[in-house]
Amino acid sequence: MNLADIQKIAEQEVDFERAYKYRINVCCSSGCVPLGAFKVLKAFEEAVKEFGVEKECKVAKTGCVGTCSVGPAVVIEPGDYLYQNVTPEKVREVVRDHIVLGLPVKGMLYGNPAFFKKQHRLVLRNAGKIDPTRIQDYIAMGGYSAIVKCLATMTPQGVIYEVATSKLRGRGGAGFPTGQKWGLVARAHGKPKYIVANLDEGDPGVFANRTLAEADPHAILEGMLIAAYAIGAEKGYLYIRSEYPLAIQTLQRAIAQAKSLSLLGDNVLETGFKFDVELRFGAGAFVAGEETAILASVEGCRAMPRPRPPYPANSGLWGKPTLIQNVETLANIPIIIQNGGAWFSKIGTPRCTGTKCFSLTGKTNNPGLIEVPMGITLREVVFDIGGGVPEGRKFKAVLVGGPSGGCLPDALLDLPIDYDSLTRVGAIMGSGGIVVLDDHSCMVDTAKFFTEFCVDESCGRCTPCRAGLARIKEVFAGITEGNARMEDITTLEKASVYIRDASLCGLGQTAPNPVLTTLRYFRDEYVEHIRDKTCRAGKCFKKEEKGVEQ
Amino acid sequence: MSKDDSRRVILEKVMRDHGYQESALLEILHKAQELYGYLDKELLMDISGSLNLPPSHVFGVATFYSFFKLKRPGQHVVTGCMGTACYVKGADEIMQAVEREYNIKRGEATPDGKLSLLVTRCIGACAMAPTIIVDDEVIAKATKEIVLQKIKQVLGGT
Repeated sequence: MNLADIQKIAEQEVDFERAYKYRINVCCSSGCVPLGAFKVLKAFEEAVKEFGVEKECKVAKTGCVGTCSVGPAVVIEPGDYLYQNVTPEKVREVVRDHIVLGLPVKGMLYGNPAFFKKQHRLVLRNAGKIDPTRIQDYIAMGGYSAIVKCLATMTPQGVIYEVATSKLRGRGGAGFPTGQKWGLVARAHGKPKYIVANLDEGDPGVFANRTLAEADPHAILEGMLIAAYAIGAEKGYLYIRSEYPLAIQTLQRAIAQAKSLSLLGDNVLETGFKFDVELRFGAGAFVAGEETAILASVEGCRAMPRPRPPYPANSGLWGKPTLIQNVETLANIPIIIQNGGAWFSKIGTPRCTGTKCFSLTGKTNNPGLIEVPMGITLREVVFDIGGGVPEGRKFKAVLVGGPSGGCLPDALLDLPIDYDSLTRVGAIMGSGGIVVLDDHSCMVDTAKFFTEFCVDESCGRCTPCRAGLARIKEVFAGITEGNARMEDITTLEKASVYIRDASLCGLGQTAPNPVLTTLRYFRDEYVEHIRDKTCRAGKCFKKEEKGVEQ
Repeated sequence: MSKDDSRRVILEKVMRDHGYQESALLEILHKAQELYGYLDKELLMDISGSLNLPPSHVFGVATFYSFFKLKRPGQHVVTGCMGTACYVKGADEIMQAVEREYNIKRGEATPDGKLSLLVTRCIGACAMAPTIIVDDEVIAKATKEIVLQKIKQVLGGT
């Protein structure tokens, strides 16, 4: 296999696809599988045979289209007709009417075009369109043409320049400029150099990286290849949560396929460039997403962060220069190389370019995976894309950034989503979780829930995080059980600021965000709990009732 | 742990494939748990000997990560997802119902060893929250009634 062969595979595959008039894409990602996606896939395969249209109709299993709440989801091309809640029993009707008679079944179509209207799918460009288990599908969509372009026409410095021009910032949460990071590792002394791709999506309520890996694994691998070429790395580790069996399986297959086409290995596409990828499995530790902690974990130790400097760019895995990058960041790279950094920098806002994937969950009408341009407002996400709050309940807050994010009220809904605006109001981009809360949720209970999460996940290395969060947890227990005094609010505030300012790593520094934002925007609920011993959502003070029930 | 035990032979091969390297400890623990179902003291001591690592290091790693189980799980396992989306949608109430019905707490098994109740942080199926996993089956948009019935069904089958 050499550089020209990739182009040949793409052409062959496009010809092969052209032979089909229709393509039926059945979503078989972790969202739709528990709802019966594989049975639906089988039913389609049988139905196209039954009606004798198997030669003009390709049935493919694909990744996620994003509308996870109405699965199993099926998209029929051309025309991108999205069928919702498809069951094996309904498949015959769809094939008969849509394919044979040319009449889409209106009653089963997804009735909410607003969900897609404000999205901008760059990272998820192939999600739901290609079969993630076939490398040819990815190549036919222009996949691996970016690494071919790099190897054939660009110097490593040229690649870094292009990424810097795009102004792409790291999608793992902190938003560090990617081009700058690559430059640091490229210039660092020491060999070998390593890449660690972070797919340890530990934030509860977030599944964007998982969906990406299940839907388009080669986009991640191509991003790693380009990064390796730019910084001079020969070995990459892809660190993934063990809770994601389907994503692991998909990536394992993708790596094997890339090796068989010599896209990975000792002599990539006969150019002499060498790069290999190995999977490493996480084991359920939220803190492992922190960059020095993930290094410890890849080395087989407890995932405990260490002070920086030295930064991983100079001293990472086994003391060697290491580039650590979230997989969403990496999936952006091929399109930046294909279209140019200047093109990319026009998407989003001037300071935060590109798009961001979010898992939209909680009390929303349209939960699912979305990708939106940076700078879109929270209101657009919650009410336009998300379709508002179900069952006529009242919107109360939106949680942005996972368990160490912030709870933002109605008054902040017009805030544009970007790294800087979110930080200003006490939230963080985090790994991209947006959870909508309605008036059933108690803000004190919500902050307590996240504090308990962070207490469990604190690695225990530094005192502010370990002891401070435990103290906050105690105070919350008092407030929600009716044994609190007004001074406890001051204790919460003081302890939170202390933990934020004095902790060693990002986990501790951001862990008090839910407490601080709920105190800032929903203080009256704390006062009601302490002074009146009432919880307007009816979540707290339940201890005695439970006893009676038993 | 007998060297004739086929599981032990497979584990030995995995350690050999990794060159008995310290950095492969997580991979080896994953494999050991997959083979044996959980990591007991004897198994961890065995691994620490094979990799020439102090037991404190191996036990430290095994206890640090919540994915590793140190207690024998029940014959059937119910795992509640306690991610944010599931919590907001009432996963806690479902877990309480299971706790009451079988008189066990999270992280425990029933005295007859038939049923374990575990908690996981997030399985990433948030759009179908709340989700509860009974053995290998993910129950999406779960309710108390569906989960209790499913548990009754799997327990009845043994």
